[in-house]
Amino acid sequence: MRILVNGDWRETRSRVLAAMLEELGYGGRIVSTAVNGEFVAAEARVGTALTEGDRIEVLAPMQGG
Amino acid sequence: MLEVYGTQLASRLLLGTARYASPAVLTEAIRAARAEVVTVSLRRESAGERAGQGFWSIIRGLGVRVLPNTAGCHTVKEAVTTAHMAREVFDTPWVKLEVIGEDDTLQPDVFGLTEAARILCAEGFEVFPYTTEDLVVAERLLAAGCRVLMPWGSPIGSGRGLNNLFGLAALRAHFPEVPLIIDAGLGVPSHAAQAMELGFDGVLINTAVAQATDPVAMAGAFAQAVEAGHAARLAGPIEARDFAEPSTPVIGQAFLG
Repeated sequence: MRILVNGDWRETRSRVLAAMLEELGYGGRIVSTAVNGEFVAAEARVGTALTEGDRIEVLAPMQGG
Repeated sequence: MLEVYGTQLASRLLLGTARYASPAVLTEAIRAARAEVVTVSLRRESAGERAGQGFWSIIRGLGVRVLPNTAGCHTVKEAVTTAHMAREVFDTPWVKLEVIGEDDTLQPDVFGLTEAARILCAEGFEVFPYTTEDLVVAERLLAAGCRVLMPWGSPIGSGRGLNNLFGLAALRAHFPEVPLIIDAGLGVPSHAAQAMELGFDGVLINTAVAQATDPVAMAGAFAQAVEAGHAARLAGPIEARDFAEPSTPVIGQAFLG
């Protein structure tokens, strides 16, 4: 299915958020996630099902003022 | 010592981590500033990038406290969601809450800010709201549960210093017990000293240090200015006068005319 990850359309075989992060290469990384504008805590990623067209945000620590 | 949400800080200079030429310059600037608190953010990172992981590794190695911001958020929902994401990544209840209302000045949307502050304080966050010098807004933020306020000096990155001295002095006078940290707009160390002389509890600097020709030297200069301004405040500055007052005694002066 196609999902939007950080603004880019991606094809994924994964059905849940945790698997999608592994599939796309985020495994082991310090990131925070949101699906369709809602925060998804790390421990909830395994149980968060994805559906076609979902908007996923994967955010990492960055410089800030 | 500056106390914010039960945490004692020896340094009254908080430093932003953005816009430095390199991680090495950032590291040295934090050291030169003797900063104990640095601001950080969250941004998108693709799986192929490692910049964010590397940045976080450097910051953790410095042993400083982090104050995550919600920079770039324009709505209550964006800010609240970003705060949750930041709390998880940075493992801190602290959040520098920004809800931007106007893109030219990056002026806070104080209506959205107070609403987001109310939500986040109720959820256990320790909120540092980026606000204006408006007294009514300050009252609302305190009522929402904020125990620190971060009024702007002038628009973010403008380097214009304290735009509204009267308003800022009034804010200080109205809330003598609330930690007030000037956030945004300071350009040179004298601006920071002025803020401290007015009685503010600290300043947050980013662009003025990061974009200086020599950021490390400028960080050190700001550190000295903050200390000098705070010491001067404690020492009790004289009142300004409209006319001269001789400093040399006039009694006993010779008549030589």
